[in-house]
Amino acid sequence: MKQSLSDRLALLSDAAKYDASCSSSGAGKRDSAATKGLGSVSNGICHAFTPDGRCISLLKILLTNFCIYDCAYCINRSSSNVPRARFTPDEVIWLTLEFYRRNYIEGLFLSSGIIRSSDDTMSQMVRVARELRQTHKFRGYIHLKTIPNASPALLAEAGLYADRLSINVEMPTERGLADYAPQKHAGEIRHSMGEMRTHIDAAKDRTLTGRKAPRFAPGGQSTQMIVGADQATDRDILSSSSSLYTGYKLRRVYYSAFSPIPDASAILPIKPPPLLREHRLYQADWLFRFYGFQFSEITAGRPDGMLDLELDPKLAWALANRAMFPIDLNRAPKEMLLRVPGLGVRSVQAIVAARRHRQLRLEDLARLKVSIRKVKPFLYTTGWSPGRLAERQNLRQLFVPQPQQLALF
Amino acid sequence: MAYGFILDDHTSFSAWRPLARQCFLADRAPEEIEWRCASAETTLFDTPLVAPTPKNGAQPPVLRSKCLALLRSILRHADQTRFALAYRILWRAQTEPALASIATDPDIARALHMHKQVREDTHKMTAYVRFREHGEAQNGRRSFYAWFEPDHYVLPSVAPFFSKRFVDMDWVILTPKGSLAWNGETCAFSPTPCAKPKLSDDIDQLWKTYYVSTFNPARIKTKAMLSEMPRKYWKNLPETQLIPQMLADAPARVAAMAAQQPRPAPAFHHRLQQRRADVENQKGTDSALREVHRQSPK
Repeated sequence: MKQSLSDRLALLSDAAKYDASCSSSGAGKRDSAATKGLGSVSNGICHAFTPDGRCISLLKILLTNFCIYDCAYCINRSSSNVPRARFTPDEVIWLTLEFYRRNYIEGLFLSSGIIRSSDDTMSQMVRVARELRQTHKFRGYIHLKTIPNASPALLAEAGLYADRLSINVEMPTERGLADYAPQKHAGEIRHSMGEMRTHIDAAKDRTLTGRKAPRFAPGGQSTQMIVGADQATDRDILSSSSSLYTGYKLRRVYYSAFSPIPDASAILPIKPPPLLREHRLYQADWLFRFYGFQFSEITAGRPDGMLDLELDPKLAWALANRAMFPIDLNRAPKEMLLRVPGLGVRSVQAIVAARRHRQLRLEDLARLKVSIRKVKPFLYTTGWSPGRLAERQNLRQLFVPQPQQLALF
Repeated sequence: MAYGFILDDHTSFSAWRPLARQCFLADRAPEEIEWRCASAETTLFDTPLVAPTPKNGAQPPVLRSKCLALLRSILRHADQTRFALAYRILWRAQTEPALASIATDPDIARALHMHKQVREDTHKMTAYVRFREHGEAQNGRRSFYAWFEPDHYVLPSVAPFFSKRFVDMDWVILTPKGSLAWNGETCAFSPTPCAKPKLSDDIDQLWKTYYVSTFNPARIKTKAMLSEMPRKYWKNLPETQLIPQMLADAPARVAAMAAQQPRPAPAFHHRLQQRRADVENQKGTDSALREVHRQSPK
């Protein structure tokens, strides 16, 4: 029976939703004022939110959900009984443009199951991107998932049209990958990432003659790790992130709490990890990217290598390193202010700018919408000293959420 | 009799600026000037307002660019007290030039809060406007209409975004605070309030299909959704009417996934495995043969 376009859209977006990445930023600014076509890119806009709390920024679909790989965590693995479907490249192009014109989306995030061979799949995806750019003068965002083992020539062409390329490492450890995705190899994935990094770096350089190098994925590359499907601890996950950020200059590492899928493989755990765990990993990731923390500091506090689920990682770190506090609100260096629980990047910038002109008191922070309750054990200033508060044995008790009685029925 | 002006609700920075300058050149302190909105309720104690006369030889006000940008932004806000706040900041900034950098100052804190709301409103407008196609394409250009209800007077500031993005189509955005129209060359802004039109588009159905399918029923985070997409936007978004049903169906879908027993793999999986095994065997045979060749004496 022939499936309608709507049926296939339902199947192929359902199959793509387990990839958490949806960002449409980081590719600089451009628009269609000069090209008279369609589309622009700036900071990334989320056009809708679904009740799972995730945003819809890009049309996230698969070209096909047929796949010759058999990765245990994946809904599209070859041993799964989900219904299969495929789009033609023209259908994907049409959907992207029509959705874009109605301002539903920022662009396209195209991925695919692997059919026939890696190169065959990759070349179809590249064709979609090429025609969008060249035939339709589309200047919106394009994110392509690269297929492991695709040829370097295809990868290079993909970079010409795409804003971001990504390849998923899937499992935090090589052991996990070998167990769950027997056809994927950590070495090949890393190799592919390394190759992309070389391309991206080269595109930022000028050529010998001083001209600009051809564009290559200006939005950089990202990846995703599945959390909670195997035994990896948060420390394993974050140390893996650390090497990805520093070794391959990734823009983003996404953490996707393993989520139950229809027709799941028998080797997967039945119970998903708490969503809070994923949230804590993202908080840790933010501390690394914007707050000057090292991942090793964040995970040093607990011997089991897991992040504290009750407290956010910054607060947990501050409680474990109380000797460094309290600090002087008016004199402490910016790097230390960033480490105070309750102060975000914006409020720290505002504090640093304002204290050049005035002495700040604790009440002033309330005007910056900072939680006084949270920051006051860690700061001192004119009119406030935490005194005994900072030395209390049970400081932690002030912050952990109050216990709640379980529902009786 | 008091000094001041009666202003239209939508008075923008460029219209307010000469008035503020006039007050400043007349050396009138913020407390002496009343900025009254035309739509504000008249009270018994309302006095007629006269414009202050500038003094000869008075020095014009000087503002740092950061402060100017802040005033420009808060004058897009719908709060009717924005004129008085802006003038007070202008007045104070003459003796405290760095004023706009002091986020802890009560006036600046309030202005920054308003600035944040305006920025948010602008951003949400770029996100939640939904174009609906209208009629047949003419001369190769398709035409689209949209209805949106912004909280603040942000139309002129979102105009560049839309006219640089949707260049190859004609579009009109109607709002209760005016309209924007693009014809491929110019973007026309009109402050005349518009009524909500009746719009429909068949592609909405595909979009709804996508919206429902991309939702993962195993992770419900309605708080996260609502903080980014507050209910006030729901009435103009085609997809949000599906949310109650999606939430109602979610527990049953998750339970069904958990209850499902592993099923035997489809036939094509077995064929794939077979082929892979054949290839492995072939490789094994090949390498064994090579080994034999290598070891065999020439």
